[in-house]
Amino acid sequence: MSAQQVLFDAPGPRARRNILIGNIVGVLVVLGILAWVVSALAGKGQLAASMWTPFLESRTWEFFILPGLGNTLKAAGIAIVTSVAFGLIFGIGRLSHVAPIRWVAGVVVEFLRAVPVLLMMIFFWLALGSSGAVKPQDAPLIAVVLALTLYNGSVIAELVRSGVYGLPKGQREAGMAIGLTRNQSLRSIEVPQALIAMLPALISQFVVILKDSALGFIITYPELLQYTRRLGVGEGNVIPSLFVAAAIFIAINFALSTLATRLSVLLSFRTKGRRPAAKEAIAMDAAST
Amino acid sequence: MENYLSLFETYNVPEAFWVNIQLSFWAAIWALIIGTVLALFRISPIPSLQWFGAAYVNIFRNTPLTIILAFGFLGLFSVMQINLAGELDVSLFRIAIVGLSLYHAAFVCEAIRSGVNTVPIGQAEAARAIGLSFLPAARLIILPQAFRGAIAPLGNVLIALIKNSTVAAAGSVATEASGLMKTMIEFRSDLVIPIFLTFALGFVILVIPIGLLTTWASRKLAVAR
Amino acid sequence: MQKTRYAAAAVAAVAAVAALTLSACGGGETPESGSGGEGGGESLRIGIKFDQPGLGYDEGGSYSGFDVDVAKYVAGELGVTEENIEFVEAPSANRENLLSNNQVDMIFATYSITDTRKETVDFAGPYFVAGQDLLVPTDSDIAGPEDLEGKNLCSVTGSTSAQKIKDQYPGVQLVEQPGYAECVTAMGGGQIDAVTTDDIILAGLAAQEANAGKFKVVGNTFSEENYGVGLPKGSDRCEDINAAITKMIDDGAWEEAITRNTEGADYTFNAELNPPTPAPCA
Repeated sequence: MSAQQVLFDAPGPRARRNILIGNIVGVLVVLGILAWVVSALAGKGQLAASMWTPFLESRTWEFFILPGLGNTLKAAGIAIVTSVAFGLIFGIGRLSHVAPIRWVAGVVVEFLRAVPVLLMMIFFWLALGSSGAVKPQDAPLIAVVLALTLYNGSVIAELVRSGVYGLPKGQREAGMAIGLTRNQSLRSIEVPQALIAMLPALISQFVVILKDSALGFIITYPELLQYTRRLGVGEGNVIPSLFVAAAIFIAINFALSTLATRLSVLLSFRTKGRRPAAKEAIAMDAAST
Repeated sequence: MENYLSLFETYNVPEAFWVNIQLSFWAAIWALIIGTVLALFRISPIPSLQWFGAAYVNIFRNTPLTIILAFGFLGLFSVMQINLAGELDVSLFRIAIVGLSLYHAAFVCEAIRSGVNTVPIGQAEAARAIGLSFLPAARLIILPQAFRGAIAPLGNVLIALIKNSTVAAAGSVATEASGLMKTMIEFRSDLVIPIFLTFALGFVILVIPIGLLTTWASRKLAVAR
Repeated sequence: MQKTRYAAAAVAAVAAVAALTLSACGGGETPESGSGGEGGGESLRIGIKFDQPGLGYDEGGSYSGFDVDVAKYVAGELGVTEENIEFVEAPSANRENLLSNNQVDMIFATYSITDTRKETVDFAGPYFVAGQDLLVPTDSDIAGPEDLEGKNLCSVTGSTSAQKIKDQYPGVQLVEQPGYAECVTAMGGGQIDAVTTDDIILAGLAAQEANAGKFKVVGNTFSEENYGVGLPKGSDRCEDINAAITKMIDDGAWEEAITRNTEGADYTFNAELNPPTPAPCA
């Protein structure tokens, strides 16, 4: 039921008046909430100019925000690549016709999807730090990337699997008919199509990776949130700093989400197959942090 | 093995999980309420409410939960001086619930909207044909079906919420599972892998039945069409 | 067929990139040698805190604080000019690892000398004797831990010093935060009655411009923390560092550094224990 106008009549004079009144009340309520937040912040001196002027200095951006953003993008960027690789390997593993491979891939994916990312991050951070296998100052980054990869890679594996299930059976049959083995058909016919169909969900997962990279703050990885906190400590403007960090995350993620929505509209014309049943359900995994 | 078992005498692991369960329980209820209201806003005929619903979802869905919970402590508690209880730890516990609820409400809203999308247009047309206006049509015809169609995505939000309750450590509920795991590993670094597996398994036990249950329920309650 | 080969190549490329990244991550086993040797034209890698105003703080390109001032003085005495010092962040949890893997040559990071730590690293100094204390709002009448009954106390997550107070005075409500800055923000809003950690750390927090005049250090220390210079096990620099610290104390630069970094905090260091005499090297 996508045409939501069906829910209500083309409004007549009375309904139009009601909608107008509702609209005005709605605007007033929203403005009221905003006014309350603003006045509460102002009442505590959080809107004073001195709280915000540090963000006009180039020093703030050069030494705090940009290095932090750089580290966030570095961790997220590496994790995106490794997650896709992990997802492809285990997604294809779950589709394998060799039963033990299917089972192992299934158990690994289900296990990793059930464990909180933060637990994995803390574990890798402390385990790597004390093992001496990596340089101590690299341990946070590696822990962030590993934890993000294992979790998001598992979600992507499920995307691959449901993408392949969503394809019309004829695709595989046609592959078999021209003499491909099941594996060849999977690799050269089904997975490439599934990848295109799952592209919007995949991009939504990138948003999750970017957001979850902020958990690195808890394990001392110097990402954007860590740097803005440090800035807030020095300037005594912790709350304005948090606002700026949040605004940067929202801007990037909003751009990615919009891209995902656009793509899903575009691609809905391209892939004419059976609608991937699980796509919607899995996209909802985006709730992860 | 004896070493490992002695951990449970020193540290109360079930109690830490109980904190996560309580956080998730209350946050789930509030997120469901707020998310349903937001979904109603988004399908309502009133433009300002549609706009508000969309803005809310876009802001909260795209902000890291870590930042939202930090706002809870620094913004709501420290600067706005909002106390939700007389006792300090209860107050901080409730602030963490507020943060978790506000964040997951955005996803509940999206889940319900996807549920609304499973309701055929004919249902709304029929509701209007028998003279129901927006709210009665939504309450009696659309939402009951939409909730049934939204069970699977709502289940996923609940699973995410349970896992995300570990982030509450950043909002100063230090007694929950991830905080305890960190303390335990720091004091017993010789048992780092068994400790991690214990906590990981705890979440697997919490989360997998919910996944199975919602899958079963969504099949069982699916509106036959 | 062209297209399928392209897709297969893309998949292979992604896997290859991933493999490279992974191997790059695992390739940290060979620790770089710390400094440019013991010979002339030396440079030093010094571990400090980056987020502790008044002790070690990253100002954006430059570093400030008491630890930093002592580090610069000691480095100067060792014949290393300021531009040849490379400051490296040394979070509390990583300090032993940074030293034992030779990632840094020495650490000045509120590093208390303890017997447990001596098993894995060497210490020079102490260069300062800190003590656990309380930071309270200027108009507060809390004078020590015994006044905290029924009050709200804040410290960083996992801090043993705060837990000790809680164990001793069960009526204390303990809040744990990721950093002291969060504690100070909450205390500024009146939600927290006291913050606890070492006195000089508290003084550094209170001396920040944004906090000036709002908080005071109680000045009633109830523990003794000897801040030492962390060195890799078996380092031969200990004697020289001790000599440099003694010289810094004698020529007044030491006291000047403390005054400068705690200005505005209404703080005086514990004169009974300070300035300390560096302990003989092992």
